[in-house]
Order: sequence, then structure tokens, then C-alpha cells
Amino acid sequence: MPPEAAEPPRGRTRRPVLAHVVGQNIGLILAVAILSASIVIFAAMFVVQQDRLPGSFEITSTVNNTMPLALAAIGQTIVVLTRGIDLSVGGVIDLTNALAAIFLTGGVWHMAVVSVLIVLAGGVAGLINGLIVGFGRLQPIVVTLATLSILQGLAIRVLPTPGGSIPAGYTAFLVNTNAPTALCFLALAALGWMGFRRSRLGVDVFAIGNDEQAAIALGVKALRTKIIAYTIGGMLYAVAGLFLAASATGGDATTGDDYTLTSIVAVVLGGVNLFGGRGSAVGAICGAFITTMIVNILFFAHINPLYQSFYEGLFLVIAVVFGALIGRLVRGGR
Amino acid sequence: MSEAPVAPAEAAGVVGVRVVSKAFGGVHALRGASFAACAGEVHGLVGENGAGKSTLIKLLGGRLPPDTGSVMLDERAVRLSGTADAARHGIGTVFQELTLLPWMSVAENLLIGREPRSAIGLIRRGALAREAEAVLAGLGIHHIDPRALAAEVSLAERQIIEIARVIIRRPRILLLDEPTSSLAEREVEWLFARIRELRDQGTSIVFTSHRWNEITAIADRITIFRNGQEVGTFTTIDEAKAITLMTGRRVDALYPSLPPVPDGAPAALALAHGSLDGRTEFAFSLAAGEILGIGGLAGQGHRELFLGLFGAPALRRGRISVGGKPVRIANPADAIRAGFGIALVPEDRKTEGLLLSLPVRDNLSLPLLRRISRLGVIRGGAEMRMSREMISGLGIRTPTPMQPVGALSGGNQQKVLVGRWLLAESRILLLYDVTRGVDVATKHEICELMVRLAGEGKAILFYSSDTEELAHLCHRVLVLRGGRIAAELNRPELTAESIVAAAMRDAA
Repeated sequence: MPPEAAEPPRGRTRRPVLAHVVGQNIGLILAVAILSASIVIFAAMFVVQQDRLPGSFEITSTVNNTMPLALAAIGQTIVVLTRGIDLSVGGVIDLTNALAAIFLTGGVWHMAVVSVLIVLAGGVAGLINGLIVGFGRLQPIVVTLATLSILQGLAIRVLPTPGGSIPAGYTAFLVNTNAPTALCFLALAALGWMGFRRSRLGVDVFAIGNDEQAAIALGVKALRTKIIAYTIGGMLYAVAGLFLAASATGGDATTGDDYTLTSIVAVVLGGVNLFGGRGSAVGAICGAFITTMIVNILFFAHINPLYQSFYEGLFLVIAVVFGALIGRLVRGGR
Repeated sequence: MSEAPVAPAEAAGVVGVRVVSKAFGGVHALRGASFAACAGEVHGLVGENGAGKSTLIKLLGGRLPPDTGSVMLDERAVRLSGTADAARHGIGTVFQELTLLPWMSVAENLLIGREPRSAIGLIRRGALAREAEAVLAGLGIHHIDPRALAAEVSLAERQIIEIARVIIRRPRILLLDEPTSSLAEREVEWLFARIRELRDQGTSIVFTSHRWNEITAIADRITIFRNGQEVGTFTTIDEAKAITLMTGRRVDALYPSLPPVPDGAPAALALAHGSLDGRTEFAFSLAAGEILGIGGLAGQGHRELFLGLFGAPALRRGRISVGGKPVRIANPADAIRAGFGIALVPEDRKTEGLLLSLPVRDNLSLPLLRRISRLGVIRGGAEMRMSREMISGLGIRTPTPMQPVGALSGGNQQKVLVGRWLLAESRILLLYDVTRGVDVATKHEICELMVRLAGEGKAILFYSSDTEELAHLCHRVLVLRGGRIAAELNRPELTAESIVAAAMRDAA
């Protein structure tokens, strides 16, 4: 090996591994902290009013209520990581929810096949987003705003009035009301994310979100990666649509509309950078649960449901401002 | 360099181009150029900015396809579909624009595409950092933390990571486009040691640099480019002749002669009890009409000092006075308003000063808008007239004042930034490595401009990663080491050698 003289000068001392882990995952850590705080507040209010701790029923309903948003937020995270944004979330959920209400009938195998087809339909919607964004080199916000409207229109066409029915067995499987089995699905989603993060595709998604031109120079197939990201997003929104149908035991072609904005809220609360390349779906899942906990807290605080969105917005602003301040402090003013 | 092993000129070319042309929107970057490099040689590629060197490297590296002509590999024409395809052919490239992913770790950047994987094909994140550490150590790099984000390490370290990333893939053809532009002397030595090892193992290396002494130190053969074509390939050539060939005209003296600082010139800028780390203090003062150089190895606090004097962010400690009066500089707005007006021209002009998609005119007039507006509306005539005056006064090469700044060459972008501050009537200029990555002719113009401005009574604080430039262009040089002033060098003992000696003294 070369002589000592041919070595660049030594610089500052090295930071401990833990400091890197904290500094590089500060968004995720903050999301977990905010979620923990909101759970503690909720539990305290619950104890005061019900003289007992929240139990299995409360956990089950919270998880079941949050599943669709958590799934949508994971999909949104993957798209946002590529430095995109997906406004078509609501449309995909509307459409898949309507399809589920009409076609989910019959035996187990029939339902399984229909579910897979519905997820694929969501994938096709995402694929179309990805193809237009990728090949058309258009702004994702414009493209997905347009597909949002188209999908909403299709959903109304499929299911003009709320209705249809979901077989009880299907509901019991996805949103078991007796035990928080949905936690298993959540764990599965988190596990899937960890695999994604460590896969070639995951690296490519992060790379193009960091710097698309640099990623291309490093041999990343940016176009293909983007298209896949939107497609995965669409499939996850479709799964969210299925969960929503299962818990409502019926379909509604407008039930998904809110999810466009709430999925973005969850992503922001989860510490995912809206400019791409930084963030974790685990954070986004936490973000989804934070929004549910805020609703729960407002309920126990006896806030008039009419003012609910006012308080939700207020909490969002406070959380984001504090998150940014703490993030800046941790990074030492950089 | 005659003692360097010279590849025989008739040896088979390993990589090259044959009569290639490449145009960008009507501007010809390459016009019928040919070039060939052999195995086991370091081939220096020199020429002004815009001569076509970077475009040639991009063609060879698979980043761009040629319009006409062909890229040659082992004497056969090939079509490279991208950098990944080039890599399959054994071509590794360090492009001039760094391609590190800022929010990913050094290890992820270094090993992208060849990460250690588990049995089911997932990346092992713990092993990733350890492997990166080992790989860097194998190259003699111990000071870069593989777990840090690329955005957290210095520019020089980023450049080293970029080089390391290519070298560890063991290319048989290594293309280096301006790899030393942000490296200090010692790091350049490190790079050259690596290059020599690779050359001796038979790697073909193409190397571009604006620093002539580097070219002569490392290159076995030199090809000179001008206006998108090769002018000739040489095994030995002296600097004066090379510059004549590069520019197509004679540049008599590379550095203009420096008028002395007038006796009793008032101090324009003074710093007392200044500190970068909050522990060691230093002080200096800069007179009107003086060019004060700041030298030393990269990463010794130059950047922090320059940004600190401009309030971006403020120095950890220190009393700044401008024209003898104490001022408080907490942010750039304070600096711009302070007394005579302090102006910073940073090295990374793309991100720290210019609005690239806006015209030259708008970039120049930015600080003036209030002065040339009536009732909040800009007087277009006045704006245009002042811009034209500045463009001709500084010799900014642009077809019209309405040309977007991003379309100008690097050196001309620097002049626009200087022009902006002159229009703002700043009398203290902080010039931070303004000649980095600028071609010889434009560099010469910038040097002349600096000397002229000093002659007009501007006070100039100047940092350059090119020690030669500091030695020739400054009245005095302060050498920084570890965040404090290690030496003050005055004429006549001020030479490149004395600066390097002061910078390196027990720096190991």
C-alpha cells in the first residue's frame, strides 16, 4: 500500500454511530415521539372519563379505523420519495371501494381472485400516472390531479349510489372487530417496507429522489423506477379501498376523497421530506395513527364535530413547526 | 516529465473517438474531433472551458451519444447506451459535476449497485458501512466517516468519495474530468499516487485539469483541445506553448503585475478577537487597495471565515470593523449594508449567488432594484443601460444582456457575480475560490480584473485552492491551519513554496 505521505489530511474526529442514526432518522423519531405523546394524552383522558385504561376494543377500533390511511400513506411515501406527489389517492380508493362493493361475493376463492383483480386495477391506475409522469416529463401534481378527477368520475359510474354489500366473512378477515388482528397486517406492511428499503428498487427510489441526474449517471433507470413507484402506490391505495369497504360493509364512490389530503398529512407528520429522497414509511404509518389519535382526543374533549377539521389543522401546524425546530436543533444549526 | 514512461505513440488505442461532433442547441461543443488513449498511460486533456473536454469525457463515459462520428473501444466503434453500459465495458468516469446523492450515506454512495447482500438479496446495512470503511482504508483514506451523509462532508471529501467510488470498481479505462478542482495539494498527491498505481497495472487514464503543474506532473501524453477539436498530442510541451495552442493567441504573462498598496491606505476591514472554533483567536486587517490572500489546506476554516465575515452564518466570535467603525454582522443583509458594503463571491456560484434561469441583466441589477425603480416599478431603460456598462466593463462574454446566466461559462458567471456587487457599490470583496474550474484565458481576465479593482481602491480578501495564484496575486497571504492563522507571508518571501510549507508544517 502507498506511503503515508500519499494520504489526504486527517480531519475532525468521527461521530459515534448512534449520533448518525439519530441525526439521519430524526423525522421518524419525532413521529414516534408525537404518536407516543398523543397516545398518552388519549389514555389519560380515557382514564379520567371511563375509570379504566383503553382496552382491546379501543385498540382494535383505532387500528381498524387507521388501516386505510396507513396503507395510503405508505403508497404516498414511495411516490414522494421519488420527488413526486400523488393526488390520485382519493380517486383510486373511490374506484376500488366501489368495485369491491359490487364484485365481492360468493366463496373464499372468488373473493380472493376479485381482491387481487381490484388491487391490480389500482396498480393500473398508478401505472398510468407513472407512464404520464415519466414519459411525458410532466409535473406529478398536475398529472395526478387530472387522474384524480377521472377516477372519481369512473367510481360514480361504477356505483352511482352508496350501496352494495361486503360478505361478513370478508369483513371479519380484514377488520376483525373482536381482536386487533389488523396489527398483523400493519406488521406485514412495516416488514414489507424494510425489505423495500434494502432492495435494489428501494435504493433506486431514494437515489432519484436525492438527485435524478446524478442517479442516472450512476446507472439508475430513473424512468422505470418512477413508473414502478406510482404503480406500487396505486396498488396500496387499492388495498386501502378494500379495507375501507370491509369496515363499512358496503361501498361509497366518494368515501376515498379525503384520503388525498390526509395521506399527504400523514406523510408530512411522519417526517418524509416532500422534496424527495428522505423519509420512512414507518414514519408515515405513525403519521396516520397520529391523525386518528387526534380525532380520538377531540372526541373525548367533547369538541363539536363541526370544529374537528379546525383542530386537526391546528395540531398539524403545531406538530410540523415543532418538528422542524427540533430537527434543526439536533442537526446543530446546519 | 520526459522521465515518465511514455506509451509509444503507435500503440493501439484502447479508448477514443473518431471524428465526433456534438452540438447543444446550435452550439458546437465538438466538431470532428478525434482522440485516442492507450493502455498504461495517463493522458492529459487540456484546453479552455468550452474547448470540448467535458463533452468528450461525457461521450467516452456513455453519458451522451455523439451526433456524428463514433466512440472507439479497442479500435472498434461502439455505441454506449448509458453510464451503466460504459461500466460494463470497463469504463469508469468521475464527471465534473459531482454525482453524490446528498441524503444518502457515504457508504451507500460508495457501494451503490454492489452493496453487500443477504441470502435473499436484501442489502445488509450494517455490513455496508463496515465494507465501505474497509474499502476506503484500502485506498489510504481513513478520515471520512462512511456513516455520515454525503451532504455532511466537505467538498474535497465528496470529490474523494466520487473518485474512490470509480476506482474500487476497477475500470480498465478511467476518465477523470477536473478531479482536483476542489482538492488541496496533499489530496492531489493522494490522487496522483492512486493514478500511478492504476497506470502501472495497465489502466488507461484520461485526466483533465486547469492546473498546468498537475498536468505536467502526472500526464505521459497531453492532448490539447481548442474550439471542439484536437490541436495536437505531445509527450513534452512547455506551458507557454501549450497556452498559445489552447487559446490560439499568446498570453505573455499569466498573472498581471500588482501595484503596491498606497502608503497609509486606511483599513477597510478589520477583525479582532476572531474565532472559528470558539477557542483560538486571531486578528487581521485589510487595507483599501490591498489583495489579502488566505491560504492553507482545504478544510482548515477558510470557508467558515469567508461566510462568517458575510454573516452566513456569523462568526462564532470576533469584532468586525469596517472603515474603522465597529459593525455587527449577523446576516448577509448586515454585511451588504455595513459601511463600505461587504460582498461575497462564493465558489459554488450555482447554488450560492446566481439565479441561473434569469437573464444576465436581472442577475446584475438585483441589488439595485430599489435605486432604479420609480413608485415600485423598475425603469427598464436604466436597468438595461447599467447592465450593458457592466458587461462591457468586466468583459462578460454574453450575446445579449437577456441571455440566461446558466448558459454562460463558469468564468463568465463569476464575472456576473462580481459585477453585481460592483453595481451595489461594495468596496470590500470577499472572493472565495472564484477561479475554481475556470479556463486559463478567463482566469487571466479575472486576475486582471482583481488587480484593476484593487488599483481602484477596493479591498479584496481572496482565497484560492490554487497556491500559485495566491502567491502571484496577493500583497500578503495569511495561512490558515486548524482554524487559526499559522503564518503571515509578505513579499518578497511570499512564494507558492512558502505558502505550502506554512500550510503543511506539522499538519500531518
